[in-house]
Amino acid sequence: MDYFQDTVFKLKRYWADRGAIIQEPYDVEVGAGTMCPETYLRVLGPKPYRVAYVQPSRRPADGRYGENPNRLYKHQQLQVILKPSPDDVLDQYLGSLEAIGIDLLKHDIKFEEDNWEAPTLGAWGIGWQVMLDGMEITQFTYFQQCGGMDLDLVPAEITYGLERIVAFLQGVESVYDIQWAPGFKYSDVRLADEVEFSKYNFELANVDRLWRLLGEHEAECKELLKAKAPLPAYDQVLKCSHLFNLLDARGAISVTERVGVIKRVRDLAVGTARVWMEQQEAARQEAA
Amino acid sequence: MNFLLEIGTEEIPHWMIPGALAQLSKLDLLGAAPEVDATPRRLVVWASDVPDRTPDREEIVKGPPVSAGEKAAAGFAKKQGANPGDMAPVGGYYELRKRIAGRSAVEILGESLPAAILGIQWPKTMYWTGGKTGPRFIRPIRWIVALLGDQVIPFEIAGVKSGNTTRGHRELGSASIPIAIENYEPELRKNFAILSSEERRRKIESEASVLGAKIDPDLLETLTFITEYPTAIRGDFDSAYLELPAEVLTTVMRHHQKYFAVESSPGVLAPHFIAVMNTKGDPEGLVKKGNERVLRARFNDAHFFWDTDQRKKLADRVEDLAHVTFQAKLGSYKEKTERVLALVKELGGNEHAQQAAMLCKTDLTTEMVKEFTDLQGIVGGLYAKAQGEAEPVWRAVYEHYKPTSMEGSIPSTHEGRIVSLADKLDTLRGCFSVGLAPTGSKDPFALRRAAQGVVKILVEARLDYSLDRLASGDLRDFLIERIQHYFREIRGFQYDEVNAVLAAGVTTLADIEDRLTALAAIRPTDNFEPLAASCKRIRNILKQAEFQPNGAAVKAELLEAGPERDLADRLAGFVREGESDYSKRLVKIAAFRPQVDLFFDKVLVNAKDAKVRTNRLTLLSNLLTEFSTIADFSEIVTSGDQK
Repeated sequence: MDYFQDTVFKLKRYWADRGAIIQEPYDVEVGAGTMCPETYLRVLGPKPYRVAYVQPSRRPADGRYGENPNRLYKHQQLQVILKPSPDDVLDQYLGSLEAIGIDLLKHDIKFEEDNWEAPTLGAWGIGWQVMLDGMEITQFTYFQQCGGMDLDLVPAEITYGLERIVAFLQGVESVYDIQWAPGFKYSDVRLADEVEFSKYNFELANVDRLWRLLGEHEAECKELLKAKAPLPAYDQVLKCSHLFNLLDARGAISVTERVGVIKRVRDLAVGTARVWMEQQEAARQEAA
Repeated sequence: MNFLLEIGTEEIPHWMIPGALAQLSKLDLLGAAPEVDATPRRLVVWASDVPDRTPDREEIVKGPPVSAGEKAAAGFAKKQGANPGDMAPVGGYYELRKRIAGRSAVEILGESLPAAILGIQWPKTMYWTGGKTGPRFIRPIRWIVALLGDQVIPFEIAGVKSGNTTRGHRELGSASIPIAIENYEPELRKNFAILSSEERRRKIESEASVLGAKIDPDLLETLTFITEYPTAIRGDFDSAYLELPAEVLTTVMRHHQKYFAVESSPGVLAPHFIAVMNTKGDPEGLVKKGNERVLRARFNDAHFFWDTDQRKKLADRVEDLAHVTFQAKLGSYKEKTERVLALVKELGGNEHAQQAAMLCKTDLTTEMVKEFTDLQGIVGGLYAKAQGEAEPVWRAVYEHYKPTSMEGSIPSTHEGRIVSLADKLDTLRGCFSVGLAPTGSKDPFALRRAAQGVVKILVEARLDYSLDRLASGDLRDFLIERIQHYFREIRGFQYDEVNAVLAAGVTTLADIEDRLTALAAIRPTDNFEPLAASCKRIRNILKQAEFQPNGAAVKAELLEAGPERDLADRLAGFVREGESDYSKRLVKIAAFRPQVDLFFDKVLVNAKDAKVRTNRLTLLSNLLTEFSTIADFSEIVTSGDQK
């Protein structure tokens, strides 16, 4: 049996062998691997790029105090971006399942339509959820737009839900029973996290302060955009997005406010993507 | 010659495949009739008797006049790419007999197929190569087989060159299979791709039935188009889960897992499910085990949701609806609940209906509905029942989204009907008031369905609310459209019958239905259509005379003895007798035909004496008014009408 970390090693090795840079997780809170600059910004523009990384993804409203065997406030995604998408991308993807020990001749794989959309990022794509014996194990997306802009090179985005896949491989019913490393279960590593952060997200987070912080990060982002500093600005976008999710989990965003706050975050995200593109374009012209 | 086209793609969404095939079945193959079929990874067209080339033909091109001389003729021929010798003088002009060679079908199809393939209309398309200016299709095209006889029809789409190599099932088949038209289907089969969707459908249906599945036709269709080599297996779950409501279990199996349910007796679930794999078998039982594991987790979730949700009663959740958006401009579901409740009261709903209106949206705050959105309403009903609400209340909540389709049934109780009606009317009124009426094919709030539901409930429950009491302005027009649609498409009345009845007055829908039924019954009788034609004539006469009825009675002393007086007497008798039964009244009206015919035969409406003329117009006007209480017959299309 492979430990949780073995499966991660194998997937990273597999994609490294296919030309992907192996990145480390981004160090600002994100709701999904897509939101990391390694995806959100790198998919823009004409430069090819290949990257794979594990991204712990925080979704405050999904916390269940560690009581639900399948739902987590923070889960681990293994995110792969192949830009442009190679012609045999699905075969490569299926190869990665073989690489982690899934014998495709003994299992049932289906690609079921599932188009992905992130309104706060001005991003969407076309794709599937990949079903293994009736369980969704991967979201596969051909990006079409990001930051409200059409993409020059269509990237394939492969997002593996690591807990689900490993629970399946190890044949356990609860993610907390996953063997992470010899002598350590998932619960040993992460349960306290889930319990405490569920309490924080749903009960302890100071709503007034979160609102103030949202305003502060938004202001910072706007100034950084004026200063044409898209990478630092983008960190502020991520802060805003996470604060929005926290406020949402606290039930602090009223009906009327909700649409407005989403738009505030989206404007920052789209603005950052534009400035980043301008910067890339300028660099290209200088080089030429 | 035989023709074969296979467009090899990545997995196409199952629900879009039949539409694409319908378009491909009209593919231009030089007169040959295309046959089509598909799997999720291939759209296939084949035909026999495609001509191998178009015939040669001759075209005559008129050249310069003979008077311009041979030199001009030679110049003309050269310009046309012909020899001067091909020119011949005919009737004062040189003519060129141009021989146009036929073209090979391979060449023609090689030119036409790329545009035809990329011209398939899809609900949503993507680009995958060449940036946004690249070709668009439903999913990336990865290979193309295009053959005429044993010859490849050469073309290229998105960098993929056509050829004679196909691919089998992703895991079970070869990724490169050279084929000829004759062995195409058998080769695919050897490689675990069953091309015939009908065969896949039958395979699923028979295997699943043998294993005890309750066959759901929509699910069967879905599974047919998400598999290339379907095989059914049976899995089990702990019978302890049968404590959960069957609605929840079935939704999890059907909608989330695409499993057929198994019943131990009609309406009673058994602790099994039927999954359909896209592979040939499960010899080690791994697929069964995997699916059982997933289902167990899903059922555990449902169990957890049920328990959690019971901690807070529906009645205590009304306030929470303030946090659930109904529509940005229309506020929260709490505000909607208040409006629906007021409307239910206005419509005369009893206490149970009012309580149901209060509770009907509260399940939107439950974990169960957040997870299984299809079960909104149903979950509310089940919870209300579990929490001791009276049966008329929980049933009304349970059914208040009904009818969910044109064919679907309406709520079974009066309370449910009032709540459903109020809920839908509120949505319609609200959306129309903030400018969200549907435009063209865009109907994001499913207002057509809501309006259809309103119409269906009003008619089928024979509720006594006139349309004008329920709606005005654009919304009234919108509902009229749905009324026309309903009576035509669902009930099978002729469009002119529906128009005639609506033109005579928009009352309650039950009344409209009664009038329509009576009209449709009288229509095939001999007297009816001629009388309808006469009504049209009367209307035209009144219009031409610019006659304004002023309520004056017909003056008996001005009536001419014979057909005119007879008609007037008959009308007076008809009015005196009165007749409220629509069928009987129509029979009596139809019986006027001989008098009306005779009147037009013998009496000149346009009399010289103005008083007589006005009297005659008054008679006709009164006649038309009396005839038009059930239906405006002048709307009826008769054989005398143009078109």
